[in-house]
Amino acid sequence: MPETLPIDSVGLVTPQTLHFDQPLTLQCGKVLPEYDLVYETYGELNSSASNAILICHALSGHHHAAGYHSTSEKKPGWWDSCIGPGKPIDTSRFFVVSLNNLGGCHGSTGPTSINPATKTQYGPEFPVVTVKDWIVSQARLADKLGVTKWSAVIGGSLGGMQALQWSIDYPQRIGNAVIIASTPKLTAQNIAFNEVARKAITSDPAFHEGRYFEHNTIPQKGLMLARMVGHITYLSDAAMGEKFGRDMRNKAFKFGYDVEFEVESYLNYQGERFSENFDANTYLLMTRALDYFDPAKEYEGLLENALKKALCKFMVISFSTDWRFSPERSEILVDELVKAGKKVSYTEIDAPHGHDAFLIPTPRYMDVFTAFMNRIAKEFC
Amino acid sequence: MRADLKIIEQWVKPESSVLDVGCGDGTLLQHLQENKQVNGYGLEISASNITSCIEKDVNVLEQNVDVKGLSNFQSNRFDTVIMTQALQALRQPDVMLEEMLRLGKECIVTFPNFAYWRTRAYLMRKGRMPISKALPYTWYNTPNIHLCTFKDFEELCVQKNIHILDRTVVDKEHQDRWFIHMWPNMLGEIAIYRVTR
Repeated sequence: MPETLPIDSVGLVTPQTLHFDQPLTLQCGKVLPEYDLVYETYGELNSSASNAILICHALSGHHHAAGYHSTSEKKPGWWDSCIGPGKPIDTSRFFVVSLNNLGGCHGSTGPTSINPATKTQYGPEFPVVTVKDWIVSQARLADKLGVTKWSAVIGGSLGGMQALQWSIDYPQRIGNAVIIASTPKLTAQNIAFNEVARKAITSDPAFHEGRYFEHNTIPQKGLMLARMVGHITYLSDAAMGEKFGRDMRNKAFKFGYDVEFEVESYLNYQGERFSENFDANTYLLMTRALDYFDPAKEYEGLLENALKKALCKFMVISFSTDWRFSPERSEILVDELVKAGKKVSYTEIDAPHGHDAFLIPTPRYMDVFTAFMNRIAKEFC
Repeated sequence: MRADLKIIEQWVKPESSVLDVGCGDGTLLQHLQENKQVNGYGLEISASNITSCIEKDVNVLEQNVDVKGLSNFQSNRFDTVIMTQALQALRQPDVMLEEMLRLGKECIVTFPNFAYWRTRAYLMRKGRMPISKALPYTWYNTPNIHLCTFKDFEELCVQKNIHILDRTVVDKEHQDRWFIHMWPNMLGEIAIYRVTR
């Protein structure tokens, strides 16, 4: 944390945990008898409880979206660029809720939690949860927080998919869906990248069929590889070129296979850091949730029909250099929303950063985001 | 509100669905939403215009129709498709007109009349490409690459079997003046057409 807190920061925040006793029947048919959800809130819920916003996280995200946990924390929450007083998601007007999803590894019940039936870690026994399951758990969280209707559900990437699912599954409980750098379903290429990541983890000898904790080890090499390949898909060729080019740590070739190029060093560092802080079983689960996401599936593959139930307004934002979930993917969603006669605005932000652009406060992105949020504030706050 | 937009408003049915191709800052759609309760969408490419539309609670989609066309929209999806002051800036205005008529039961288009007497006089007197309030560019930087006259447009409609339902002309202040109608191709500066298949 900087010595003096920026005026547009939500400041110091403390995560909270809610326990849910009511069993949750998952899409896979299995039942979670009880579970915890860890979450943070920023801003104040108004007396009519109309100003609540739900933030949904992406693949490796969690509940810590804004502010600092302590004065010694180096970096703020993952979406601090967009959440805070005077920022697009303005905490002086909105009550913002950000949770760690079921199956996560940051405090909500997931593979690293204790299974009450066996009194040991779930590990690979933790059921595969889906975006639809998350929405149900989030609705229960809303109930406990006294929120009957979100003024908006907002998310980037996998978070955007949750916002979309909310609009279909709980049309009465969402006023606006903000879907950023996302897609109505994964392409074969997207699934292929996820499979490489999963294979990297499961083929690590330390994986032990997902029971690595029983062997006091973690599949760190596999997780690292998974993150490295994922990380490549989050950046554009241009962004990597700009950041590293062909820069080398030493001028002369070493004619060997150790790290020589800066980009290699960066990827290794990113992978290593990630592998120390993230659970491998959670990574498998999150990538599967991505693969399975397809709200049109229940409607004979017709997204238009899935969307007919939606009552909220939509804001869809894509980024020009995002090749993971390219602008074309967002445009497919927008076309279906128009077919279904839904209120929708769409913009493609020209940004060089690739998929990661949704986390970076480029001026035009902030302008449209702010304009849309201001309109929500007028209606709901 | 600009007079040409007032004329357009008269031609749009209450509670109809409208697509405004090149919707600018959303002024027209906002007006139609508030006064005619239309279900509208605008297409736009300018960043500042898109933000203005969002501020006005106008549905706006970023789409460069000159590159992408309108093929992503279903046939007969809209009651009215509107294009104000943009037809002359497109690479294929004839194809666009047909596409607009595929999406909409009716189309309203407005464009500057190159046969306006002042434009003719400018070219006659100076021997140079006319520059005016309605056409404020030089030949090398103008976005208006397909200028036409009322007669040209109507000839295109005949060729393509497009029916003209209404036609009116206004001056550069977008005012409707009685004398313009005596000789529109000479005295009208901006044309407003309502056409259908």
